[in-house]
Amino acid sequence: MKPKLAVWKFASCDGCQLSLLDLEDELLALADAVELAEFREATSGTVEGPYDLSLVEGSITTAHDAERIRAVRDASKAVVTIGACATAGGVQALRNFADVDEFVAAVYASPEYISTLATSTPISAHIAVDFELHGCPVNKHQLLEVVTAFLHGRKPGIASTSVCTECKRRGVVCVTVAHGTPCLGPVTHAGCGALCPAYNRGCYGCFGPMETPNTAALVPLLRDLGLTERGVERVFRTFNAEAEPFRDAVPHG
Amino acid sequence: MRCRMGERRTIRTDYLARVEGEGAMTVRLQDGRVEHVELRIFEPPRFFEALLRGRAFTEAPDITARICGICPVAYQTSAVNALEDLCGVEVPEPIRQLRRLLYCGEWIESHALHVYMLHAPDFLGYQGAVELARDAPQAVERGLALKKTGNQVMAVVGGREIHPINVRVGGFYRAPSRGELRALVEPLERAREAAVETVRWTAGFEFPERSVECTLVALSDPGGYAIERGRIRSDSGLDIAPADYDEFFVEEHVERSTALHSHLRDGGTYLCGPLARFSLNHDQLSDTALDAAREAGLEVPCRDPFRSIVVRSVELVYACDEALRLIAAYEEPDVPAVTVEPVAGTGFGVSEAPRGLLYHRYRVDGEGTILDAKIVPPTSQNQRAIEDDLRDVVARHVELDDDALRGLCEQTIRNYDPCISCATHFLDLEVERR
Repeated sequence: MKPKLAVWKFASCDGCQLSLLDLEDELLALADAVELAEFREATSGTVEGPYDLSLVEGSITTAHDAERIRAVRDASKAVVTIGACATAGGVQALRNFADVDEFVAAVYASPEYISTLATSTPISAHIAVDFELHGCPVNKHQLLEVVTAFLHGRKPGIASTSVCTECKRRGVVCVTVAHGTPCLGPVTHAGCGALCPAYNRGCYGCFGPMETPNTAALVPLLRDLGLTERGVERVFRTFNAEAEPFRDAVPHG
Repeated sequence: MRCRMGERRTIRTDYLARVEGEGAMTVRLQDGRVEHVELRIFEPPRFFEALLRGRAFTEAPDITARICGICPVAYQTSAVNALEDLCGVEVPEPIRQLRRLLYCGEWIESHALHVYMLHAPDFLGYQGAVELARDAPQAVERGLALKKTGNQVMAVVGGREIHPINVRVGGFYRAPSRGELRALVEPLERAREAAVETVRWTAGFEFPERSVECTLVALSDPGGYAIERGRIRSDSGLDIAPADYDEFFVEEHVERSTALHSHLRDGGTYLCGPLARFSLNHDQLSDTALDAAREAGLEVPCRDPFRSIVVRSVELVYACDEALRLIAAYEEPDVPAVTVEPVAGTGFGVSEAPRGLLYHRYRVDGEGTILDAKIVPPTSQNQRAIEDDLRDVVARHVELDDDALRGLCEQTIRNYDPCISCATHFLDLEVERR
C-alpha cells in the first residue's frame, strides 16, 4: 500500500501548493511513490482518509476553517504546514493589528455578507503540527525533502539558522556592511538561499523568524541605517507579522 | 433525459477541482429549464486593499504579488505601472524589455500549467495530469518541460518563480547579465518546439460547437502583442487609457449573491483573457505562432471558450518566441532601476495577466504612503461572462444525465482558467452548504 498524501488549502495564494507542481522533474516520480488522496488543484480524484501525510497551506480566518483543520488533524498521521500563511498567519494577519470590521467595510460593499474571524492565525494555534516549513513561498526543494523525510519516517534536514549563514555559504557580499542596506537576514529563517542579498537587495523576512532571533540587536541597527520608526515596523509587519519574534520586535499599536 | 412536469434537478459541485482557489458551482433546473446558475467563491477574504493602506508605495509590488501564487508577476507589473504613472516616471526601454521577458516567463508557466494539468484532462476524460501521465506520459512530460522553462525564465530574471524578489518600482534590484540570459536560449528553443506541438495536440481534441456573444476586452499596444502595458480596447470600438478604466467599467452588487460582477457601464457583459487578446491582436503574433494558429484552424475572432485551450497554446508559442527575441536584443541597462520620488495623487496601471486584464489604482500621499487601493483581477471581470456561458451550456444540454452535465459545467468553468485566489477579495464569500 502506498502512503496517502493529502494537500489542504486554507486562506492563501495557492503558491505553496503550486510549489509541488513546480517540481517538474520529480512530480511524476513523487506521484508514483504516493497515493494522491486529496489535491484539488491537481486532480478531481479523491481517496478517503486516514492520510499518512497532510500538507497544509494557508491560515485560519473563518470559523468554518477552524473546524475543518481539526478534521484534517483527526484524519492525518502527520500534519506539515507549508509556507508563511500556515506557519505564521501570512500577510492577511495584518488584520490582527487593525480593526477587522473596518477592513471589511473598506473592501466590501455589503459587509453583512462577510463572515470572517477578527484574526488570521497559524495552523499551530488550532491543532498540533508535526513540522512547519517556512517561506513565502516555500522553497520547493525543501518541500520535497520534507515530504521524502516524512514518508521514510526520518527527521527533515532543514536548517533553522539565519539567512546570513546562507549568504556566507554562497559567497554573497553583505549588503548591510558593504552598502548600508537595511536587511532582515540576521533574524530571518534560512531556506531561500540568500536570494535577496544575491540580487543586491536587503532580506525582507519572507521566511519568517529563525530559531532564537536577536531582533533587539537588529532594530537599533535598522534605525542607524536610516529606517524610520514606521519603516522598522513595516519590515517586521509583512508576511510573517504574527510570528512571535517579529510581532514583538516592534511596539504594538 | 426526459423531463416530467414539476421535476426539479440540482447539479452541484461543492469543491471545484483543477482551478486555482476554492470555488463551487450550483445549477438549478425546473421542468428542464435553467432556473439558477451560480459560480460561488468560498475562498476566505484576505483584505488586500485594506491592508495596503498605510504601507509605503514601494511595498506594493511585493505585497500584491501575494494575492496570487500563479500570476505574481502580473500583480507586480500592474502595481509598478500604476505607481510609475503616478510619479511621472517612464522606465528606460531596456528595463521595460526585461519586464516583458519576466512576464513571458509567467505566461509560459501559467499557460503550460493550465493547458496540461488543469484543462486537457477534461477533454481526454481524466481526473488530472497525474492520471493522464499513466496513459500519455510523453504529453505530460512535454507540458512539464514547458512549464519548467517558464519557471527558469522567472527564476533568472525575477530571482524565483513564485513571488519574484527582483521587481521594484522604477525597475529591478539587479539586471541579469547577457550570459545569464543566454543560458535560457536553448531551453526556450526546445520549449518553442514543444509549444508548437502543444497547438497540434490541443487542436486535435473534440470541441462542442460554441460561441459567446459578449464584448471582448484586451490591452493593445502598437509596439507588440500587448502583455506588460497597453491601452484598453474592445472589439466594439472602446479605446481608452488605463486612467479611464473606472469610467467605462463598473462592479455591481448582484442580488441574492454577494458577488461583485464587473460589466461595461452600458450594462454589457465582457470577457478578457486569451480569446479577447487573440481576437483583437492576432496580427501582432510572431510568424511561428500565426502559422500554428492557422494550422490549428483557429478563426478570428475566436469566441469559442472550449477552444481557449488552443489559443493558450498559440500564446505559449508566442511567449517562447518573444522571450527569445528579447534575449537576443538584450543590452544590460546602465542602471537596474531609475529613482522614483513619491508624488501625491492617483496612479493607474494595467497589464495582461495570463487570465486577462488586471487593473490597479493607488492613491498615495506626498510621503509615498498608500491612502487607498483598488485591484480588479481578471476573474472578477469574467465572472458574469462565465455564468452567462454556463446558463446557455446547460440550456443546450439538459438531456444529459447529472454526471455528464456536471462534467460539462465544470469544463465550461475551466475554459476560463478562473483564478479564485485572485478574485476572492471581490466576490461571494458566503458558503452555501447543503
